[in-house]
Amino acid sequence: MDLHKFSISQLLDGLKNKQFSSTELTKHYLKRISKHDDDLNSYISVTEDLALKQADAADKRYHDDKALPLDGIPLAHKDIFCTKGVLTTCGSKMLANFEAPYSSTVYERLNSKGMVMLGKTNMDEFAMGSSNETSYFGPVKNPWNLRNVPGGSSGGSAACVSAELAPVATATDTGGSIRQPASLCGLTGIKPTYGRVSRFGMIAFASSLDQGGVLSRSAEDAALVLEAMSGHDPKDSTSLNYEAPDLISDINKPIKGMKIGLPKEFFEKEMPEYSQKSIQQAIEVYKNLGAEFVEISLRNINLSLPIYYIIAPAECSANLSRYDGVRYGYRCNDPKDIDDLFMRTREEGFGAEVKRRILIGTYVLSAGYYDAYYLKAQKCRRLVANDFLEAFEKVDVILSPTTPGTSFKAGEKTNNPLEMYLQDIFTIPANLVGLPGLSIPCGEHEGLPLGMQLIGNSLEEAKLLQFAHSYQLNTDWHKNMPNL
Amino acid sequence: MNNKDIWEPVIGLEIHVQLSTKSKLFSGASTDFGALPNTQACNIDLALPGVLPVLNEEVLRMAIMLGKALNANINSPTAFARKNYFYPDSPKGYQISQMDKPIVEDGYLDIETSKGKKRIGVTRAHLEEDAGKSLHEDFEGFSGIDLNRAGTPLLEIVSEPDIASPEEAVAYLKSIHSIIRYLDISDGNMAEGSMRCDANVSVRKKGEEILGTRTETKNVNSFRFVEKAIEYEIKRQIHQLESGNTITQETRLYDSQNNTTRPMRSKEFANDYRYFPEPDLLPVKLEKEFIEEVLTSMPEMPTQKKERFSTQFNLNEYDADLLSADKDFADFFEEVLKFSVSPKIAANWIMGELSAELNKENLNIKDTKVSSKMLGQLISRIEDSTISGKIAKDVFTKMWSTGKDVDTIIEEEGLKQVTDDKEIESLIDEVIQNNPEQLKQYQSGKDRLFGFFVGQVMKVSKGKANPQQVNDILKVKLEK
Repeated sequence: MDLHKFSISQLLDGLKNKQFSSTELTKHYLKRISKHDDDLNSYISVTEDLALKQADAADKRYHDDKALPLDGIPLAHKDIFCTKGVLTTCGSKMLANFEAPYSSTVYERLNSKGMVMLGKTNMDEFAMGSSNETSYFGPVKNPWNLRNVPGGSSGGSAACVSAELAPVATATDTGGSIRQPASLCGLTGIKPTYGRVSRFGMIAFASSLDQGGVLSRSAEDAALVLEAMSGHDPKDSTSLNYEAPDLISDINKPIKGMKIGLPKEFFEKEMPEYSQKSIQQAIEVYKNLGAEFVEISLRNINLSLPIYYIIAPAECSANLSRYDGVRYGYRCNDPKDIDDLFMRTREEGFGAEVKRRILIGTYVLSAGYYDAYYLKAQKCRRLVANDFLEAFEKVDVILSPTTPGTSFKAGEKTNNPLEMYLQDIFTIPANLVGLPGLSIPCGEHEGLPLGMQLIGNSLEEAKLLQFAHSYQLNTDWHKNMPNL
Repeated sequence: MNNKDIWEPVIGLEIHVQLSTKSKLFSGASTDFGALPNTQACNIDLALPGVLPVLNEEVLRMAIMLGKALNANINSPTAFARKNYFYPDSPKGYQISQMDKPIVEDGYLDIETSKGKKRIGVTRAHLEEDAGKSLHEDFEGFSGIDLNRAGTPLLEIVSEPDIASPEEAVAYLKSIHSIIRYLDISDGNMAEGSMRCDANVSVRKKGEEILGTRTETKNVNSFRFVEKAIEYEIKRQIHQLESGNTITQETRLYDSQNNTTRPMRSKEFANDYRYFPEPDLLPVKLEKEFIEEVLTSMPEMPTQKKERFSTQFNLNEYDADLLSADKDFADFFEEVLKFSVSPKIAANWIMGELSAELNKENLNIKDTKVSSKMLGQLISRIEDSTISGKIAKDVFTKMWSTGKDVDTIIEEEGLKQVTDDKEIESLIDEVIQNNPEQLKQYQSGKDRLFGFFVGQVMKVSKGKANPQQVNDILKVKLEK
């Protein structure tokens, strides 16, 4: 049986009807991982023993008729989520030896729904990067073309789901780290409203922007897993005070008569012809489904990238201060004194991109620069938020490209950080404003997939998924999978 | 001219008060003092990757009460900020503190010194977390870190530079100490570090408006040391300036052994703390109802209590002031009055005999060997004339050393006052008979000898005769 071709609901049916067991399913995926992941490098740790134990427990529950909502479904966790007793590296030498003594809320919730952890996925170091080339554990390859990057920072999660080495994976998105790799790997990727998914146990990059989400092969799969991991968490003071939203009930409802906004600022940007063509075709699909299109203006949207590259580094410069070699993680050899310990630990333990951002962040918060950079960026952030607020008075969702183009060659942008940063130009605004956004495949170019982005109003993940699902019911882009 | 007439000091105090919550400011770990190192540091206190702070709401109540006691504004919303610096006992590499929108702002405190009353402005009081401790003594070649204290809630109370003398500084500090004890928000123990004081001191020529360069003297851990450290610092600065030198803006440490201050680090090399709003905590909105609820549950404050003591109990200002300064003393006083009648006698006993014994044994009133009930009963035995005031002092001493109550001691020692007229008469007769010479002199006009007879009667009664009755009966007998 090609179990790796099954959707989550098909897998749940199969498990319920005893067509196969979770142990069989888990072994099937573990076998695929050992066969293909040497090429892809999408996993940092494969937790085979734990997975088989969890699968066995799930099988017992099915046997006892006590199955949990997602019982026995394997998944991969981005290595940014702390998982008790398993390495949690965040893609960094700094945490290469770090075994968390506790588990993240995301892990706990999915575990309590019966999901089976296959392993921890590779990622850009501390989630800083757009190509998965900054990982201490080596770059991840794009399953569509091994010479290309899978995107980042959730490149491992994207590559493993795309290569069918996991049915679904958790991921995080600070400036596009779910949606950009979704676009580059031909997947559905959703970042919910800021505060929907608990950040407790999710290693922080930029606290006011980080948000957990899902990379999957369809909107339906994404809905099932996102619903299971969402909801208020008293351990995260920024978590929204709402129960998990119902993302499934309305997913099949037609979108007829609903309004899609097209921000003119996004479409004024220079874009490859194939991108324009794909987006145009997607617009046609939605028109045929009865959606109305409205041109909107997000006047301050071009401030997004500079705002982001002030706020995110500022927050990261403080968040990463705890990696000092004193309590856990990497420590330099034979420190002369405490300052030497701090300096060499951080010098040796962090990679270049992380250091670059810590430096930028330290600079923009420094006495004399704070007002000009950080404070101004926060003010501008409010302007961008107001633009969206206004737009959502007129439209249900906003449509745009997810990325400027398809996946690029490994090494192509590593020496040009600014060009790398442009990868997230369409995705960053949703993080700045805390809005939900998703990417779904809508085309291809020279054998590489390409996605489009839908941004929703605050708390309207269900509507976003409804739009994505309608599209997927009427197109086949999401069904294309790479040949390994 | 004395140089003290030319120069005037300008002093501001920063007081760190450790709040007596059960758990830490942002984690559920216990705040108990004295546990084994690192046994009270949870994942959040250790700043493990991925952990997040959750505010302990108990501190909001405490801060609101303090704000009210300092006649200050309560900010809502109040916001937290990160203060960045690397130090091994600061696990996150930043301290969660408050910058803009501290919970308490713009207050004042009235103090009293030998020069009279004065109002000291309170700039702000903000919440922040304490650091851990680096331990150097017990280790060879490396240092230990104990994170038990990391995350313990602190309120930092910052005064305006309104303080003009070491005496005023101590009065202000004592007043803050009294308030936090009254509110029961901290044990205020300076020796254990639950109340710490940094003094900002500068001097300028009298009449000048511009402030001189200031130094900050850190962690002075007793009232007396605060006074001494400031005194020293003022003298040092005046001496520097008069010798033609300038003052370096720096942090200094007080050395209590030599009674000096010495530089700790210069502000030139000071950290740039890079404060920015704490993104892991949303600004806290304090609902009006919540603030009101906290304020209604607030205990009576020293000044209110002092006023009540003078009106309700008719105490003079001196007594009312002394009794209300310390909440435990004030509570003790009111407890005593549950068992006795006269507030004045109770006040005298507490500030007299009781305080003397406490001081002698260096005890806190909470550890007194004569409880409020015991003292109250003792006083009531004076009031109902069972014993005289003089005998009561001996009884008190016995109560203190034995822990026995007043009636047991009176019974055992046979100290009950003689109030029977006949018994007293016969005592008097005995005395008159034995002193014929004095009787003659008295009757020939030497009135002063009356006291001699009273004394003799008290002596033969071993102090037990009721003095008033002795007086009355003696007068009649001697006139005969």
